[in-house]
Amino acid sequence: MKLKVATVWLGGCSGCHMSLLDLDERLIDLADRITLVYSPIADVKDFPRDVDVTLVEGAVANVEHEEFAHLIRRNSRFVVSFGDCAVTGNVTAMRNGLDTEEVLKRSYVELADLTPRIPRDYPTIAELMPQARPLHEFITVDAFIHGCPPTADQIWTAVSELLEGKKPALSHVFLRYG
Amino acid sequence: MAIVTLTIDGEQLSAKDDESLLQVARQHKIDIPTLCHLDGISDVGACRLCLVEVEGWTKLAPACTTRPLEGMVVHTSTDRLKKYRRMIVGLLASEGNHQCAVCTVNNHCELQNLAYDVGLLYVRVPYLYPDKHIDASHESFILDHNRCVLCTRCVRVCHEVEGAHVWDIAGRGIDCEIISDLNQPWGSSESCTSCGKCVLVCPTGALVKKGESVAEMEKHTEFLKYIVTARRKGEWISVDTDEE
Repeated sequence: MKLKVATVWLGGCSGCHMSLLDLDERLIDLADRITLVYSPIADVKDFPRDVDVTLVEGAVANVEHEEFAHLIRRNSRFVVSFGDCAVTGNVTAMRNGLDTEEVLKRSYVELADLTPRIPRDYPTIAELMPQARPLHEFITVDAFIHGCPPTADQIWTAVSELLEGKKPALSHVFLRYG
Repeated sequence: MAIVTLTIDGEQLSAKDDESLLQVARQHKIDIPTLCHLDGISDVGACRLCLVEVEGWTKLAPACTTRPLEGMVVHTSTDRLKKYRRMIVGLLASEGNHQCAVCTVNNHCELQNLAYDVGLLYVRVPYLYPDKHIDASHESFILDHNRCVLCTRCVRVCHEVEGAHVWDIAGRGIDCEIISDLNQPWGSSESCTSCGKCVLVCPTGALVKKGESVAEMEKHTEFLKYIVTARRKGEWISVDTDEE
C-alpha cells in the first residue's frame, strides 16, 4: 500500500520544492513507495481527501493560504512545515513591519515594467494578509523540516522516517535554520 | 579567597569562592549554555540561559553571576531548565526579526547555534515582528536592531576593554535598544574609535561589517583573551581602576 503524499506551496519562493527535486535518483525510490496526490509539480486541481502526509512550503501570507491551511489539516493525517518560511515566516515575513498597501504599490506599481497596477480588482487573486505568519500559528503541525531551503539529505531523512510510519526525530545535525 | 566544596550535577568539586558557578562548571567540562557571557568581559546575567537549580533555593540562579558556596548542590540540566532555555531562545527569536537565510552571520551565529543546542523545533509564542530600524551611518559597520538580542556584550566590551563607552541601553521592555552616545547616529558618534570590538563580540548579526554578504561574516573573540591577559599582568591599564 503506497503512502499518499501531497506537497503544497504557500507564501514561499518554491526553493523547498526545488530542494525536494534535488533528491535526484532517490526520487525513483520515492516514486515506488508513494503516490503524489497533490503538488505544484503535479497536475491536480483539488486537494484530495484522505492524504497521509502533506509537506507545506511557505508562510501563510494571504487569505487563500489560511483557508487552504485548514483544508490541508482536515484532509491530512500528518502535516509537515516544510522549510523556514513555513516554520518561522522567514523571508516572506520580512514585509511584516511594512504597510500592506505600500508593499503592493512597491511590487506592482513602482517596480513594474509593464502595466503597473495592483492586481486587486481580479476576484481570483487572494487578498494579502497584514502579516505573513508561520503555519503552526494557524493549524496544528506534526513535524518540522528546517532550512532555507532544507537540503535534499534533510528531506530524505525526514521523508524516509515518515514512510516508515515514524515521526521524524530531527537530530541536531538536521536542525538547521537558514 | 577561600576554597569551598560543592556538588554540580552529582559531581563533588572544589572551587574558589570568587569564581562564578559557570567558571567552575566549565573547568570541569560541565556545559551550561550561555549567550550574554563572554570570557574577558564582566558578567551581567542578562540572557538567563545559564540559569541553574540550587537545592534549597526557591529561585533559579544565573550561573554566571552566582558564586559557589560551601555545601551547595547545583543542577545544570534538569528537564525544567531545558524547557526554560528552549523558551528563552524562542522568546528571543520572537522578539526580533531573525531571518537566518539572509543574515550576514548565517551559520556563524550564536543565537542560531543555541537554537540547535536547546532543540528549538519551532517558536511556540506568536512572533512579534517588531518594527525596528537599521543604523548604517558608520563608515565601516552596521547596527541592525532587528537582530539584536540585548545581550549588552557591545556595551561591556566598549566600556571595559576599549574604554570608549559608546554604547548604552535606552527604552523599556520591547522598546529597549542599544544606543550610541546619547542616542545619536553611530556615524556621528564622537566617542567611537571605530575599533570594531563591539562588532566582533556581538553574538548575532546585529553588529556587522559593511560590505559582507549573506553568511560571509564570522565573529572572532580571541583578541579579548590577549588584551585581558596583558591587563592582568599589568601591561594594560583598566578603565575601571584608572583614576579611581
